[in-house]
Amino acid sequence: MSGILVIAEQRRGELRPVSLELVGAAQGLRRAGDEVAVAIVSGAPDRFVGPLSVSGVDEIVAVKVAPPEFDPDTFESTVGALIAKRSPDVVLVAHSVDSFGYAAALAARLGLGFATDVFNATRIDGELVATRGGYGQKVNVEVDFPGRTTVLLAIRGNVFKAPEQAARARVSAFEAPALQSRAVGREFIELSAGDDVDMAAAEFILTIGRGIGEEAKVAQFRELADAIGATLGCSRPIADAGWLPKSRQVGQSGKTASACKLYIAMGVSGAIQHLAGMKHVSTIVAVNSDAEASIFGVAKYGIVGDIFEIAEELRRHF
Amino acid sequence: MKILVAVKQVAALDEDFEIRADGRGIDPDFLIRDLNEWDDFSLEEAVKIKEASATPVEVVAVSVGSEEVDESLRKCLAKGADRALRVWDEAIEGSDSIAIARILAAVAKREAPQMLFAGVQSSDQSFASTGIAAAALLGWPHAAVVTQLTYSPEAKTAVVRRELEGGLLHEVEIQCPAVLTIQLGINTPRYASLRSIKQAAAKPIEVLSLSDVALGAADVGETGSLSRVRRMYVPDKGRAQLIAGDAAQQAARLADIIREFKGTAA
Repeated sequence: MSGILVIAEQRRGELRPVSLELVGAAQGLRRAGDEVAVAIVSGAPDRFVGPLSVSGVDEIVAVKVAPPEFDPDTFESTVGALIAKRSPDVVLVAHSVDSFGYAAALAARLGLGFATDVFNATRIDGELVATRGGYGQKVNVEVDFPGRTTVLLAIRGNVFKAPEQAARARVSAFEAPALQSRAVGREFIELSAGDDVDMAAAEFILTIGRGIGEEAKVAQFRELADAIGATLGCSRPIADAGWLPKSRQVGQSGKTASACKLYIAMGVSGAIQHLAGMKHVSTIVAVNSDAEASIFGVAKYGIVGDIFEIAEELRRHF
Repeated sequence: MKILVAVKQVAALDEDFEIRADGRGIDPDFLIRDLNEWDDFSLEEAVKIKEASATPVEVVAVSVGSEEVDESLRKCLAKGADRALRVWDEAIEGSDSIAIARILAAVAKREAPQMLFAGVQSSDQSFASTGIAAAALLGWPHAAVVTQLTYSPEAKTAVVRRELEGGLLHEVEIQCPAVLTIQLGINTPRYASLRSIKQAAAKPIEVLSLSDVALGAADVGETGSLSRVRRMYVPDKGRAQLIAGDAAQQAARLADIIREFKGTAA
């Protein structure tokens, strides 16, 4: 048992950036003589060889499969066959919608050591130890994997640094086992179609969350956003309730505030899925009546108070 | 026709919580328990199918845990579940999500439903793995992060929309019986009426032992798990610089921050 196997992710022909972060995570677990192999499982794997040729990768394994896009049965069977063939110590996948669909199935079936949403992985006295959050990220939990020869870790995105330097790696092909999948992918649907807002391009965002309480209050914050020149965004519960379109949702399953420089979050508690879309912003101001809200953990400035009062007072200045 | 809905009673931490003496868990006195937010949506999805069906559909809620879990199961009964099952044995203590999945799969074998729903994840531990691991142990097709479901009882396939990232969905047709993990927002969970809460209080909760579901002590707990908690600790967290004063003073400072930004952005 040796070596680290990284499973890259693609979506509609584009390598997902987390794939290279996994290569970064692998470097910290490498022991003398360990190789890092990155497998890309796709209908057209060869096109990803270029983007995956970065420092820290010893081998790129191109696995051509029938479904052009992610399919859980295909991934479970293919990654299982790769593990059987290569006997890696550690397998790294992204903690993502794709791995939600197959990683636990694979671990349960093969009896692999297994942990998800891992943001730190290291070896203590030779034993692999992974750290994840517990109780709504209020505590850190270290887990280990006694007696497991192969450990599968699903790694949180935006934590490990992707290698930036291009490098040449060995390229090999792997024959995926034949399989009749029990699900058929039909089509992709873009939810944001119809709304012309581009959250990713907005430099100044005012986001509202569950704290606004009722739909009737949305208008007040829309007017405030206009007055201060901010793009109005929201957290998941607001979009799920239909109070704002899904295209304005910031977070893991919504949009990333990529260009944002000032982010004001009002009544947003700060679920990990929301933080994934905004915690990188340089100036975050959180306004929340709950002094214990997680959002204060990533904010530069915090206001503990009533969001409606603050909104009203703020409006007077513009 | 039967739909099995796996639910979890989650725990939030009291403000002044304490870590257990062995350093591997939280002192239970500081845990505030509730039904997992995701599970409210998966239960509602099952009840909606039942209500829309011309033929009888039974919705069965199942959870793993000691007596305190009954409170969450009663909530499920009040919101439309027909039966509630709870599996418990002291050997289950220390189980990770995979060992819990093994128990759920064993219950599904006993109950033989046409669908098993579970939440995408739990709000406390966020493993996002229990439902899909149960599918593997059952050998059933599965789909994760379902935000839309088209399914008629007894149908051979279901059409699901899976939520990817950035507002993208993937529509998939899947063979049944299947395990689906249900995402927030798939429906609007109902509130239980006072009357249904009262009725639920009188309904029995079936308690099953490990042997009732044909499992042994070694299948669960630490020996049946794929990971083991080594240590729990409170991390050093970044903390926002708090803006003091009354609402007018706080808003004035926020207005300054906005003007500073606009000055540099212009």
